[in-house]
Amino acid sequence: MLRLPPFAYLGARTVGDALQFMRDHGGDAMLVAGGTDLYPNMKRRQFEPSVLVGLRGIRELGGISGSAESGFAIGSQTTLTRVAEHSGIRDAFPALATAAGLVSSPQLRNMGTIGGNVCVDTRCNYYNQTYQWRKAIGFCMKKDGDICLVAPSSRRCWAVSSSDTAPVLWSLGARVRVHGPGGERVIPIETLYRDDGIDYLAKRPDEILTEIVLPPVNGTRCAYLKLRRRGSFDFPVLGVAVALRIDGDRVLSGRIVLGAVAPQPREAREASALLAGHRLTPELIAAVAEAASKPSKPLDNTDFTHPYRKKMTRVFVTRALRRLAGLPDSPRNDAEVADR
Amino acid sequence: MPKTLLRLRVNGEDHDVAAATHKTLLEVLREEMGLTGTKHGCELGECGTCTVLVDGQPVLSCLALPIELEGREVTTVEGMAVGGRLHPLQQAFAELGAAQCGYCTPGILLTARALLAENPKPTRQEIRTALAGNLCRCTGYTKILDAVELAALRSTGGEP
Ligand SMILES: Cc1cc2nc3c(=O)[nH]c(=O)nc-3n(C[C@H](O)[C@H](O)[C@H](O)COP(=O)(O)OP(=O)(O)OC[C@H]3O[C@@H](n4cnc5c(N)ncnc54)[C@H](O)[C@@H]3O)c2cc1C
Ligand code: SF4
Ligand code: FES
Ligand code: FES
Repeated sequence: MLRLPPFAYLGARTVGDALQFMRDHGGDAMLVAGGTDLYPNMKRRQFEPSVLVGLRGIRELGGISGSAESGFAIGSQTTLTRVAEHSGIRDAFPALATAAGLVSSPQLRNMGTIGGNVCVDTRCNYYNQTYQWRKAIGFCMKKDGDICLVAPSSRRCWAVSSSDTAPVLWSLGARVRVHGPGGERVIPIETLYRDDGIDYLAKRPDEILTEIVLPPVNGTRCAYLKLRRRGSFDFPVLGVAVALRIDGDRVLSGRIVLGAVAPQPREAREASALLAGHRLTPELIAAVAEAASKPSKPLDNTDFTHPYRKKMTRVFVTRALRRLAGLPDSPRNDAEVADR
Repeated sequence: MPKTLLRLRVNGEDHDVAAATHKTLLEVLREEMGLTGTKHGCELGECGTCTVLVDGQPVLSCLALPIELEGREVTTVEGMAVGGRLHPLQQAFAELGAAQCGYCTPGILLTARALLAENPKPTRQEIRTALAGNLCRCTGYTKILDAVELAALRSTGGEP
């Protein structure tokens, strides 16, 4: 059997408890919410903390408040099932409900939290393997080794950001509330991420993500499309999040954020800029999709071939924009497979 | 590793168990409580065969810690038949041959039970969606979907 390494478990009831436990145990402790990412990793010996500080018992962090007009506050311990089924979120920000509902499987969504999804570890074919597998191949620098097995001349790790909700939250202009030993701060979600497969979060390990803050909906229309191998459940091989503010038939501003193409969600800035002030015509969509596929530079370290994943970036951005424009997906791409 | 004393409510009864905190619910059910109806497959959250219900919701016992479940109601496949009478889902699975090797069956029965409790007349697509996290290597799923439909039909009074 694949068993967890031994640890002591400290269940927090308040954010203060959790901060205190983390302070008491320093670098030996890790935070855990649903554990659906951390426990498999611990079973594969990617992490062996001697203390786990459990966040699920913090009642005040499990729920959604607010409205489309005022924006929403989502507690970090809210399960993905609740985010996916929340009627206010479904109406105001359908892309977020869709993304949460496409994470993993029904059982895992009952256990996994949105906070854990935002902080989920990066993934790589050479990393998400058992200890024995990794040992046999000589380990890599993300854990236990010193080279990158995907890009051996690289001095850094390219493991892939695999969160479904993070690109959507970024496209919507969400902010996150983070509590740490020095107090609390509210930061734009894009500043939570770093372009490094190992150190992928720009926060200290003892800082706790407590809340996700969504802005007022204010005419935003959004979509999320996910490419994965199996339709039943699978990690994203590509995620495309699009959020547009539209006035009449013109786009006021737009944001396109790609998931699973880099160690952090990647905003397609050039492509997003092309949208502002224009009508969403098939020609504009084609130009935007072409521009959006440029920052998509997948490496050969997840499922499917990386040239295919790059090509699908263009296809999925086209499809997402055409849906928001009320056009059929694409006259040319009918044969290609998508989840939604 | 020192053991912790826990009170777990499983299939309607309280059990006092002593187990190390890093033992998963799957390990405690099978190895401490002798409830081997819950199966271990991948142990990484990828197959669904270890599914149990916690307060009626399907969760994976291979990734759940008993210490987080005190005061919650755990249901395993051993808790499905009542007084020697099979649950309508078990009856339908047996009649239609919806199990071959049977390894995925406990997890599927419990996941389907949670579905029917919430949605007594699911469409075939709703059944597929609910069972998306339960893999079966044998049946090809058709008979599993048929059996859930049959159990739903019988439970809502449409006895064929
Ligand atoms: C088979 C399988 C399939 C999966 N498929 C997908 C998928 O398709 N898409 C996807 O996005 N994910 C997927 N996941 C990953 C995971 O289930 C989800 O990302 C889930 O949302 C993680 O949430 P959690 O609460 O379980 O996180 P945990 O496992 O508890 O934590 C994950 C990480 O975040 C840290 N953390 C958690 N909460 C906080 C917090 N509040 N503050 C600071 N740090 C925190 C933990 O220390 C840990 O490092 C899958 C997992 C499995 C096992
Ligand atoms: S990208 Fe390289 S260093 Fe990072 S996990 Fe993969 S093989 Fe290891
Ligand atoms: S054994 Fe738990 S999901 Fe496979
Ligand atoms: S019957 Fe054998 S795995 Fe489903």
